[in-house]
Amino acid sequence: MLKELRTQLDAKKVSAVELTEQYLKRIEETNSMLNSFITVTTEEARAQAKVAQKQIDQGVQDPLTGIPYAAKDLFCTKGIRTTAASRILEHYIPPYSATAITDSKEAVLLGKTNLDEFAMGASTEYSAFGVTKNPFDLERVAGGSSGGSAAAVAAGQAAFAFGTDTGGSIRQPASFCNVVGFKPTYGRISRYGVVAMSSSLDTVGFFTKTVEDSAYLLNTLAGSNTFDTTTPEVKVEDYVAATERELKGLKIGIPTEYMQAEGLDPQIKVAYEELIAKLEKEGAKIQEVSLPHTNYALATYYVLCPAEVSSNMGRYDGIRYGIPSEHAHTLDEVFTKTRDEQIGREVKRRVLIGTFCLSAGSYDAFYKKAQQVRTLVTRDFTNAFQSVDVLLTPTSPFLPFKIGERSADPVAMYLADLFTVPVSLAGVPAVSLPCSVVNGLPVGMQLIAAQFQESILLRAAAGLERITSAPAPKLVV
Amino acid sequence: MKFDREQLLHLARLAKLELTEEELQKAPQEFEQILNFITTLQEVDTTGVEPTSQITGLENRTREDVVTTTIPKQELLKSMPKTDEQGNLVVKAVFTESEE
Repeated sequence: MLKELRTQLDAKKVSAVELTEQYLKRIEETNSMLNSFITVTTEEARAQAKVAQKQIDQGVQDPLTGIPYAAKDLFCTKGIRTTAASRILEHYIPPYSATAITDSKEAVLLGKTNLDEFAMGASTEYSAFGVTKNPFDLERVAGGSSGGSAAAVAAGQAAFAFGTDTGGSIRQPASFCNVVGFKPTYGRISRYGVVAMSSSLDTVGFFTKTVEDSAYLLNTLAGSNTFDTTTPEVKVEDYVAATERELKGLKIGIPTEYMQAEGLDPQIKVAYEELIAKLEKEGAKIQEVSLPHTNYALATYYVLCPAEVSSNMGRYDGIRYGIPSEHAHTLDEVFTKTRDEQIGREVKRRVLIGTFCLSAGSYDAFYKKAQQVRTLVTRDFTNAFQSVDVLLTPTSPFLPFKIGERSADPVAMYLADLFTVPVSLAGVPAVSLPCSVVNGLPVGMQLIAAQFQESILLRAAAGLERITSAPAPKLVV
Repeated sequence: MKFDREQLLHLARLAKLELTEEELQKAPQEFEQILNFITTLQEVDTTGVEPTSQITGLENRTREDVVTTTIPKQELLKSMPKTDEQGNLVVKAVFTESEE
């Protein structure tokens, strides 16, 4: 779709201004039902569309010039409120923009989308600005933490949207909202200007309608950057070209531990098995593989992530960020009361768990141990990729759940990340794409490749996309 | 693994968080659930395994100590909750009160 938009804009079949108005209208008509946007930047978008049009008129446009998009409200946008869906940043206006935003140049920012507070959650229910509803069933969640971005692309409110994925926060909502959710290798895209949650896991990625669109974005946004020292100097390939290659001949691994996972919904398992059979018919070589430490990945993540969170959340103290509490009478109370009043329960929970895991007496048994298990989980993937090109798994063990169904039980919510977390620990690239419909609800499947092998991943994903012919679920907005 | 109110208060002090009475009632149970879940890691044999901090393998990336970006003070003032006429950040007067 993005390539087509580029062609239409360049051929002056549609102007950047007209295109932006179309999307703004769609947002106006549907945002109150979905609550996908925290901030809609109507005036700024209109102004930016005019600038984009000038560039097109002068023939100096970039691949993304004039294309309307949305960004998860975790990406700093200069002069535009960035809240991280938290009260403590409700009035925060960044003086600079994230690299992902500046690299999008004259693409047109339509607004900042909803998320779980500070990206902690799997349903967007933990947002301080209300939940984002699933565009296919308004009583169900859009997934999280990037629920707003997923819903926005699914409902046609934006041509593409930025998200972040730390334990599944792009892939899982993509699966719940029937869109492509792409998470590159950790370090493929700069995290500069993205509110940090868990610094060794956070990865910038996107939501798109098609696999080719993700490849198109990756061509522009991938690359090393001096402001983010965790971006290695790895060649940026032509990822769009990769999507044009055949599926035939690719070796696809099916991890036993995922197929046999206890939490896997039987209907999703059936869809998974049907898909494997289809792939085999199309000439892909299917092979069973084992990732022996899969069952420890979730526990590992829920030690490492809260530990890093407890450190990253230290800055929200009423002095560096946030407005100090009215009820504070001492310096200590400025910190404690501001944080108590303006930070939500799930964030507090993770800060406390993280503090525990890092505290004297617990550090070795929890944090260091988890780092060691992380090495083992990463090795599982390295070993598997000796014999296969990509891995195929369901993205989510369960169907999009009803609002309120899991928010009262933290561990029940954590289980949503069962299939996505191991990938995050290993830092390898993965994508979720729509593959099935069960009970009218979208079901996505996840493809995984080795570190910096986005070309192989996109080749497999494009191939998979071509053969899945399941009827699409119905939008209700 | 048991988790009690005292331990919770200790962690809250370390993390500069204040917990309400309601949170202090509910939290120990939630914590026990989460801790039971993460304690399963003890089952894994990690003898001789190096810990992973992050997966890029990069270390000590340096650049020349040259200023390349400056943000004008006016821009920075926009992100401050309260400023005075000179453009200073106004914070609560807490140093005059006695501290804990």
